[in-house]
Amino acid sequence: MMAAAMIGVYRPGTSLLHRLPAGLKLFGLLLFTTALLVWRAPTTVAIGLAIIICLYALAGYSPRVLLTQVWPLRWIVVLLVPFQWWLGGWRSAVAIVGTLILAVAAAGLVSLTTRIVDLLAVLDRVLSPLRRVGVDPERISLLIALSIRVVPVMLDLVNTVREARRARGAERSLRAFATPVVVRTVGYSQRLGDALIARGIDD
Amino acid sequence: MIEFEHVTHRFGDRIVLTDISCRLSQQRIGIIGANGSGKSTLARMINGLANPTEGRVLVDGLDPAQHGREVRRRVSFLFSDPDAQIIMPTVGEDIAFSLRRHKLTHDELAARTEAIVDTVGLSGYIEHPAHLLSSGQKQLLALATVLVTEPDILVADEPTTLLDLRHTREIAGLLATLSQQVIVVTHDLDLIMDFERVLVIDDGRIVADGDPSECVHFYRRSMGVR
Ligand SMILES: Nc1ncnc2c1ncn2[C@@H]1O[C@H](COP(=O)(O)OP(=O)(O)O)[C@@H](O)[C@H]1O
Ligand SMILES: [Mg+2]
Repeated sequence: MMAAAMIGVYRPGTSLLHRLPAGLKLFGLLLFTTALLVWRAPTTVAIGLAIIICLYALAGYSPRVLLTQVWPLRWIVVLLVPFQWWLGGWRSAVAIVGTLILAVAAAGLVSLTTRIVDLLAVLDRVLSPLRRVGVDPERISLLIALSIRVVPVMLDLVNTVREARRARGAERSLRAFATPVVVRTVGYSQRLGDALIARGIDD
Repeated sequence: MIEFEHVTHRFGDRIVLTDISCRLSQQRIGIIGANGSGKSTLARMINGLANPTEGRVLVDGLDPAQHGREVRRRVSFLFSDPDAQIIMPTVGEDIAFSLRRHKLTHDELAARTEAIVDTVGLSGYIEHPAHLLSSGQKQLLALATVLVTEPDILVADEPTTLLDLRHTREIAGLLATLSQQVIVVTHDLDLIMDFERVLVIDDGRIVADGDPSECVHFYRRSMGVR
C-alpha cells in the first residue's frame, strides 16, 4: 500500500532529469507519447521501452521504482491483452498495451523528477490564453495539485476502513465498507473546502 | 480586536449560539466547553467560515461576512485535521502555496520557507513528502503554512486533539511564544492555563469568562468533575 501511495510523488535528486526545466520535460513527454501513438508497432514499443529504462537509470531510479509506476495498470493489462489479441492479433495487443504502459511510465518519470510547483507554473503559462475566455488557469493547476494530493489521503482512508471492518469481523460486508468510506470522504472534502477558504483560495 | 455584537446562529431551526456579545482583545484567549456547545461555530465566525444569523462580528472593524478576503488575510485558521489542510506534495511546496500571491523572488521564498520551517522545528524536512510525516509533524507543517503569511490573529480549533503528548506540548509551546493574537478552542485544559482569558461555552452561551483557573474550575464543576 505504501508503494501505491508513492506513485508520482516528487523525489528530490540532482540528476540531469531533475535539473531539466519542467516545460522541456512536459514537451518531451508529449513528443514521446505522440511518437508511440503514430508509429504504433511492437518495434516502437521495444525502442520506447529501451528509452524509458535508460531514462529511469539516468534519473537514478531502480527498476522497482519503474514497476511501481505502472503497477496500478495491472488489471487493465490483464483485461486488455486477450481482448486486443482476439481483435487484432498479438502485434496489435503488444503495440496498444505497450503504448499505454510506456506512456504511464513516462508520465510517472516526469512527476518523479519535477516539483509540482514547477509543473503548475508551466501549466499556468500554457493555459494562460484561457484567461481571455474567463477561465482562471491557476484554478486548473490547483485542481490538478488537489487531485494528486487527494490520492494518498483516500488510500489511507480506505485502508483504515478496511482494517476497522476486519477488526469487527465484517470483512465481506460491502455496506460496512461503503458507508464509512462515503461518510469519511464527504467529511474530508468539507474540511478540505474549509481549509482552502481559510488559506485564501478565493483571493 | 475581535468583537461579537449580539451574535445568534441557527442551523435550520436549531439555535447553536444565542446572543453572544464580547470583545476579545487579550493576546491569548482559550475557549472551552462540552462537545456540541458551539465553540467551533463561534471560532469559524472570526474568519467568515460561518456567519451570524443575527448580530455581527467585527475583526479590526471589518465584518468577515462582507469582507471575507481582507479578514482572512489577517486571520489564519488552524484545524484539528492537518490532512485536510495540507495540499501540496512536499513540505516546502505546501509552504510556498501559502505565499503564492505574495510575489516573492525565488530567494525570498526560500528564505521565508527556511525561517518558518525552523520556527516549527521541521528544518531538514523541506523536500520531505508531506503525507509521509507523522500526524504531529503534519500539524506542525499546517501551523507553518498558516503562520508564514504573517497574520495578525491565529484561530485554532482543537489543534492538539489528534496529537500525542509530545507534539501537543510542542504545539502548546509554539502557541505560547507567537507574537500574534491567539484564540484556541480546546479540550486540553493544560493548554490554556497560562492564557490571559478563558471563555466557557455551554449550549450556545458564554457561561463563564475570565481568569483561566477560575474558568477551568467552573467548567470542571459544571461537568461534574472534581
Ligand atoms: N453544518 C451543520 N449543520 C447542522 N448543524 C450543525 C452544523 N455544524 C454544527 N452543527 C451543530 O451545531 C452545534 C454546535 O456545533 P459546534 O460549533 O461544532 O460545537 P463544538 O465545536 O463546541 O463541538 C452542534 O450541535 C452541531 O451538531
Ligand atoms: Mg468543534
